Amino acid sequence: MGNPFASRAGIIVVGVAIGIMATLLQYFGNPPNMGICVACMERDIAGALGLHRAAVVQYLRPEIIGFVIGAFLAALLAKEYRPRGGSAPLVRFFLGVFAMIGALVFLGCPWRALLRLAGGDWNALTGLAGLATGIGVGVAFLKSGYSLGRAQPQKAASGILFPVFMAGLFLLLVFRVTFAEGGPLFFSQKGPGSQFAPVWMSLGAGVLVGAIAQRSRFCTMGALRDVILLKDFHLMSGVAGLLVAAFAMNLILGQFKPGFAGQPIAHTDHLWNFLGMALAGLAFALAGGCPGRQLFLSGEGDLDAGIFALGMIVGAGVSHNFAMASSPAGAAAFGPAGVIVGFVFCLAVGFTMREKA
Amino acid sequence: MSATRIDARGLSCPQPVVLTSRAIEGGAESLEVLVDNEVSKENVLRLAKRHKMQASVRPEGPDIVIEIKK
Repeated sequence: MGNPFASRAGIIVVGVAIGIMATLLQYFGNPPNMGICVACMERDIAGALGLHRAAVVQYLRPEIIGFVIGAFLAALLAKEYRPRGGSAPLVRFFLGVFAMIGALVFLGCPWRALLRLAGGDWNALTGLAGLATGIGVGVAFLKSGYSLGRAQPQKAASGILFPVFMAGLFLLLVFRVTFAEGGPLFFSQKGPGSQFAPVWMSLGAGVLVGAIAQRSRFCTMGALRDVILLKDFHLMSGVAGLLVAAFAMNLILGQFKPGFAGQPIAHTDHLWNFLGMALAGLAFALAGGCPGRQLFLSGEGDLDAGIFALGMIVGAGVSHNFAMASSPAGAAAFGPAGVIVGFVFCLAVGFTMREKA
Repeated sequence: MSATRIDARGLSCPQPVVLTSRAIEGGAESLEVLVDNEVSKENVLRLAKRHKMQASVRPEGPDIVIEIKK
């Protein structure tokens, strides 16, 4: 047996591969510093489905679909496909909602925070500092016995549901069904939602990333958490690989533009960059994975991770409909309120959900 | 001496590692960790390696037992 991707070298190779593919996806059409961004891309999917009406961020991103399908296939081949669930699904749903609200105040998931940094967007530094802080709070909860309880094995067919849902989204993308005059489906005519790499390239990269990430257990939240909690740098070496590879590729492709001001799909409101990502980091830590990892887990049959991912998609709708998502101008009217409510929720979860001794 | 047994089945990452780590830091010299998936197994094995403890793995029904010794 043995799983080469589970080694130190394996996780670094995976991080480097993700960094290279993300920057190439940007080169071939994805939005700047957004070659891959799980939060943004789920937000675009929410927009395409009409869960929010922000006209500039609506597209059925094939990368997200590929992540789930790739992880599903890799788990099947490795005999790791294992349907399980029932560990506080509703709590996880709302953790997903607030994780997305926080991420959209910053404008990116941890992956995009790294890609923004690799592209010279120094605002990512406050975001990453916030992320680490939020995860640090989550670690304190974990140390004091926080647990959402055990998952139970589920029926074999139940784990197929999320991959099939994703395959259905892909069919909607291919056939571009118009359900009513003017949509849905919605596809952005301008803005980030109108910028995308060729569909088959996006899907192929997504499947490949999904597969190698499933094998290697790549997780950005887990990387920071393991360093803080266990002084374990295994996952962090993969994250470092991603950052270095993306930085090198951005230099090669002419995509490196250092500075704070005028960065693409970003703002310079440092306080809310920090607090938005702190909320997201805390929610990821309480749910046990970054948005990418949750998609890979949902592909291998983790129904609770699927619920979290659905929470993020719905959260994107909430975030845009209720004026919480930031814009390049800065934090939105209700962004700070959303973050504060999110902190109240996450802290309540952290303090009240304990394992029985 | 009987080994401390930790049932980490169904717990999501990183709880199996946290429980094992707590037991090791609590002075357990011999313990058995029961997990139900490969990821938890890999993580617990990595923890044992970092503590320079010996670890071996055996199946138990559908689950996996990791024996850890000083």
